[in-house]
Amino acid sequence: MSLPLATAEPAGAPPDSHVVNDFSISVATVNGSGSQTANMILLRAMFQMGVPVSGKNMFPSNIAGLPTWYTIRANHKGYMARKKQIDFLVAMNAETAREDVLALDPGRAVVYDAPLKLNELRDDLILYPVPFDRIVAEVCPDAKLRRLVRNMIYDGVLAHLLSIDLGEMEKALSTQMGRKPKAMTLNMSAIEAGAKYAAEHFPELRHPYRIQRLNKTDGQILVDGNAAAAMGCLFAGCTVVAWYPITPSSSLPESLIGYMRKYRMDKETGQATFAVVQAEDEIAALGMVIGASWAGARAMTSTSGPGISLMSEFAGLAYYAEVPAVVFDIQRIGPSTGLPTRTAQGDILSTAVNSHGDTKHVLLLPSSMAECFDMAGDAFDLAERLQTIVYVMSDLDLGMNTWMSEPFTYPAKPFDRGKVLDEAKVRELGVTWGRYKDLDDDGIPWRSLPDTNTPPFFTRGSGHNSQAQYSERSDDYVTNLDRLAKKFETAKGLVPQPVEDAVAGATVGIIAYGSSHWAVTESRDQLRDEASLETSYLRLRAYPVPKSVEDFVRRHDRVYVVEQNRDAQMLSLFRMDLDPALQSRLRSVLHYSGLPLDARSVTQSIVAQENQ
Amino acid sequence: MSTETPAPAPAPAPGPAKKTNRLGLELSTYRGSKTTLCAGCGHNAITERIIDACYEMGVDAKKVFKLSGIGCSSKSPAYFLNASHGFNSVHGRMPSVATGAMLANKTMMAIGVSGDGDTGAIGIGQFVHLMRRNLPIIYIIEDNGCYGLTKGQFSPTAGMGTKTKNGVVNDLPPIDTCALAIELGATFVARSFSGDKKQLLSILKAAISHRGTCMIDVISPCVTFNDHEGSTKSYAYVKEHDEALGEVTFVPFFEDITVEYEPGTTTEVKMHDGSHLYLKKIAEDYDPTDKLAAARLLHETSRRGEFATGVIYLELDKDDFLTTLNMVDQPLAFLPSEKVRPPRAVLEELMDGLR
Repeated sequence: MSLPLATAEPAGAPPDSHVVNDFSISVATVNGSGSQTANMILLRAMFQMGVPVSGKNMFPSNIAGLPTWYTIRANHKGYMARKKQIDFLVAMNAETAREDVLALDPGRAVVYDAPLKLNELRDDLILYPVPFDRIVAEVCPDAKLRRLVRNMIYDGVLAHLLSIDLGEMEKALSTQMGRKPKAMTLNMSAIEAGAKYAAEHFPELRHPYRIQRLNKTDGQILVDGNAAAAMGCLFAGCTVVAWYPITPSSSLPESLIGYMRKYRMDKETGQATFAVVQAEDEIAALGMVIGASWAGARAMTSTSGPGISLMSEFAGLAYYAEVPAVVFDIQRIGPSTGLPTRTAQGDILSTAVNSHGDTKHVLLLPSSMAECFDMAGDAFDLAERLQTIVYVMSDLDLGMNTWMSEPFTYPAKPFDRGKVLDEAKVRELGVTWGRYKDLDDDGIPWRSLPDTNTPPFFTRGSGHNSQAQYSERSDDYVTNLDRLAKKFETAKGLVPQPVEDAVAGATVGIIAYGSSHWAVTESRDQLRDEASLETSYLRLRAYPVPKSVEDFVRRHDRVYVVEQNRDAQMLSLFRMDLDPALQSRLRSVLHYSGLPLDARSVTQSIVAQENQ
Repeated sequence: MSTETPAPAPAPAPGPAKKTNRLGLELSTYRGSKTTLCAGCGHNAITERIIDACYEMGVDAKKVFKLSGIGCSSKSPAYFLNASHGFNSVHGRMPSVATGAMLANKTMMAIGVSGDGDTGAIGIGQFVHLMRRNLPIIYIIEDNGCYGLTKGQFSPTAGMGTKTKNGVVNDLPPIDTCALAIELGATFVARSFSGDKKQLLSILKAAISHRGTCMIDVISPCVTFNDHEGSTKSYAYVKEHDEALGEVTFVPFFEDITVEYEPGTTTEVKMHDGSHLYLKKIAEDYDPTDKLAAARLLHETSRRGEFATGVIYLELDKDDFLTTLNMVDQPLAFLPSEKVRPPRAVLEELMDGLR
């Protein structure tokens, strides 16, 4: 079978026309220049006009002076993945302007700082030179403020060129600025000056991209995944937070601290119903979580790949001693310096088996803001139900970028505190109880908590029998290890189950998880519309994989596992867990550039492999 | 009931009533499992003193977390307080586990047992931050200057010039865990010797009365790997170089005893629970609440090749870590869901803020 080549993005707007509510903007600046506020105002104004938007920050691991790109995508269909091609460039950074402009497809638009003279590079673009320094000097007498106010000028220019209502810009500005009348006036005058300049100087140019009012954002929220997960922890009854700063995770505990200080102070006493500790490192952070959970609290930590590595010994202890723990992993690119501010799904394999000895862990795989919220609650319930460590595998794209979402749903279920002995249960079980005995045939033992009227026990790593007594006997170890495997089987039925979109007659399936979901959704439309390829889709929401994944693979001739890493990490887990007879059906779509996954890359990869 | 192998309950024998403490409990109820350490190990003597101190103070074992890292010393929590929950965690990381446990339930008492390798080498980072936080915990280093469980390698507290059994000489200076603890913020710092029953017992009882980090370095010779001629942690060497700061007398709050002393000879300290500690001064005028004097004393005695033992430093007016966190009275572990899940209106408010 040969598919039509669906490899290129449809061309830009034809002459004498314009594209409405479907384009991407990239604002190229240097970090530390205060452009984030301006970018959020632009994004929010479009959102207020009812157009679905998403905002992604490609930022350096640096505080000030290195290149950064903020991309905003507006899409009337609600596609929220990164768009591979840039339609509208705002070139504010002299250092990258040349490369950024040369990368554009013909017909695209560029607003640029006039002294950069980008018109000398290309004659197939729509160019809008703007003398930012001159305009800012006119509206902002205070030279010290000009660096920040300068960004508002491009907001004004873009508002005019994209037909964004200035009233909406003002509303967005007020949301971003809060109650600071002086700052409001200054910044709004900069936006107006930018809009005025554009109106006066580019009347003869065709403006190829436009925002038109839609009704697709009613009731929706704009949020990042770290804030969503923090809210999830707030409502999940988390009481102990231990963390160590690391990009891109830090904003999760920092948001949580803010929410807890506001909403979790006891009304009568004004005292905290929580404790937060900034630990000395990630090892200590997980140690505190394990100590707190062992003593009965709901405790969490949040980290990224390097932290996961440091935590690995404790992760094994939680597995073997059967102590609950909740760990958020906001995944990013690998160790040390360079690209820790770029996204990846690079910790899947190492986290699933994190530690020494035979260990397997539960991973939750949120794809959306709502799932970042909901799965925080699931993580605490599962950690306590299964008495083990549970990882929530978010990533930088979900955690730190701005997403549109349905508002979150208040948790309907009471907390599941798992199998914790109380006095009645002690009487019921009598002498049959043993800390690590499988009394319910599900591999999950009953635990007792300190400071309750239930039997104490001594907690250790691997060297114990079912009564929690010290043991180096092989049969005790094997019995325990086999029960832990059984517990992991039980977990398959308790974790969030996959979501399937089965298309009748489709012979090709796609499996994806986490932030890849958005690109895959869009790619399936491209495959159908441009290459006439219908696909079924299974979105994985947790590891261990339930049997339905095997059934899905069995129903399709070829199944593409889409993931954001080089080594096909989830596929490697499938190779360990799924029926070997199905292995030949599995293929990989891999993306590991550090940029959020885009639909076009998925489409290109699947078409190329189908045509082989 | 305990899941440790319990000693068979003795049949109630007729005869004189057994001696009990203020809770009406016999000493035996404070015991743990049978030790598996070497006969004559100093750690066993420390275990006995912990049992005695808890018995004499009338500690409720249900309200105790006993925790440890890894090593010979870290096995010992299994040998005392069978009625307490215990956690033999990972090497050098007991401080974080203890911190988490105390955050979850601040009404508990934590007894952490570590070793000189567990504390001074792999665990030095967590040790430093535990001291700095002044978490309420009795942190005992069973200090023998070597790694027993891996057969006698030097630890960071091994004395300069000390020799292993097969003649290897240590040429690195030791870490003085007491000096470090004082510098970092611990509020009760003591050093003792496993062979000095009376002093160690008084120090442990005083530590039970203190609210804050009690760092107690107990020199505890390793009879198997570090008790030979040429070792600076052998029984003979320690006995010869033990420089006791003076008699330590502890009177618990529930005992009505007056200690008579000549004015100027003794420092009297009122502990957090109302108990009294009497520290008889040695020849020099030593004030255990003076941080600089404590540091000077440690440096001067170690320069002379001696171990200063006794209560070296006390700070009674510093808030402990749990107090600074301003938590509700009820342990976080047992807060009902209505206290920890905000109402629906809070979620609606948060959602409105994001529109």
